[in-house]
Amino acid sequence: MNIAIIKYNAGNIKSVSNALQQLGVNHAITDNADEIRASDKVIFPGVGEASTTMAYLKSKNLDLLIRELKQPVLGICLGMQLMCSYSEEGDTLCLGIFDQPVKRFAGDLKIPHMGWNSLAETRKPLLADLPEHSFVYFVHSYYVPACRDAAAITYYGIPFSAALQKDNFFATQFHPEKSGDTGAQILKNFLSL
Amino acid sequence: MNNLAKRIIPCLDIRNGRTVKGVNFVDIRDAGDPAELAQRYSQQGADELVFLDITASHEKRKLLKQLVETVAARINIPFTVGGGVSELADADVLLSAGADKVSVNSAAILRPALVDELAQQFGSQFVVVAIDARLENGQWQVYRNGGRIPVGRELFDYAREMQERGAGEILWTSMNHDGTQGGFANEALAQLNSLLKIPLIASGGAGKMDHFADAFRKGNADAALAASVFHYNTIPIPVLKTYLKEQGVIVR
Repeated sequence: MNIAIIKYNAGNIKSVSNALQQLGVNHAITDNADEIRASDKVIFPGVGEASTTMAYLKSKNLDLLIRELKQPVLGICLGMQLMCSYSEEGDTLCLGIFDQPVKRFAGDLKIPHMGWNSLAETRKPLLADLPEHSFVYFVHSYYVPACRDAAAITYYGIPFSAALQKDNFFATQFHPEKSGDTGAQILKNFLSL
Repeated sequence: MNNLAKRIIPCLDIRNGRTVKGVNFVDIRDAGDPAELAQRYSQQGADELVFLDITASHEKRKLLKQLVETVAARINIPFTVGGGVSELADADVLLSAGADKVSVNSAAILRPALVDELAQQFGSQFVVVAIDARLENGQWQVYRNGGRIPVGRELFDYAREMQERGAGEILWTSMNHDGTQGGFANEALAQLNSLLKIPLIASGGAGKMDHFADAFRKGNADAALAASVFHYNTIPIPVLKTYLKEQGVIVR
């Protein structure tokens, strides 16, 4: 199995690579269009700011590439937000794979939402075989509201989409690569699609 | 509604790539190997780890980079590295090697703009500001260089400044409580927490399980850090988690 991790100007790519290594899965970190298209599965990680990251993806024509992928694709954190239609962060038009907005947390909450929070209303296949209310690790200031594409819901003041799935596209707002055994199970679920 | 768990964070002191304090696990092969310890804590259910590097040699940066790479390859929970960061390049090395966050202490006191620069360059979520403070004549005075040099700043004011400059978290150690095993500085924690919009990690004073419950319930801390109670296995993390759950504290 060939796994491509999309290489771009984002943090935490190494963490995702380490997590796959721990699972004994071969993978390449690449921005080569042919290599990405030819891979069995694609992971689109990301930590960073939405508008600068989208601008970078466009400059490398990675925006069109990601949208047109037919194999299973997993977006993580900023990767998930960029797969939505629009982000309030930097007033950014995103990839539009999920027809959802990305909003900033408001109110008395501490921001970023940082730490371990639990998953509810989990859906297969991405979140199969998890104990009820499993905890996963989040670090984010923007969120996707609860919606029909949600594969899991988490509560932080309000319910939001902790994960999304639609057709061949999957995404997690949390970091499976930093979520201990639960995260490893979620990565395995994705890898065995 | 909010299900965000309170975090339990073991802290490891590192010198020349090895853990300094003795560690008392039954079946561990090498109590000085930070990566093996990190893995053990991770398996036990630690929510996060902090590595505090106290190496004083020229090899410091290289050793710390190697350590971070080794640890990152072995665990899959977040970890923070501190003690080696005084400029952007230091942080870049550590984050590229796989650290999730860096913590700054004395360097932020000597040059507060470092915190702005780190936050702009890497994002606030990567920046933990660690503060040592001691209660003197009714005021919490900030110290630097491992609690040796008073800096003439008051804790609450300084912590707020760090938040404004872009810190993503505050890790506050009460020097009055540190090493006493008599409980955290709960009253001051609650006061500090009410002034902050970013997460607060309590440090200094853990000795018994109810100290952790108090740090969360009375001190309103988002996380609690401790060293010796975990190293010597006085409080095994799984036992602590079960206890906190019974006390109604949300933990993973």
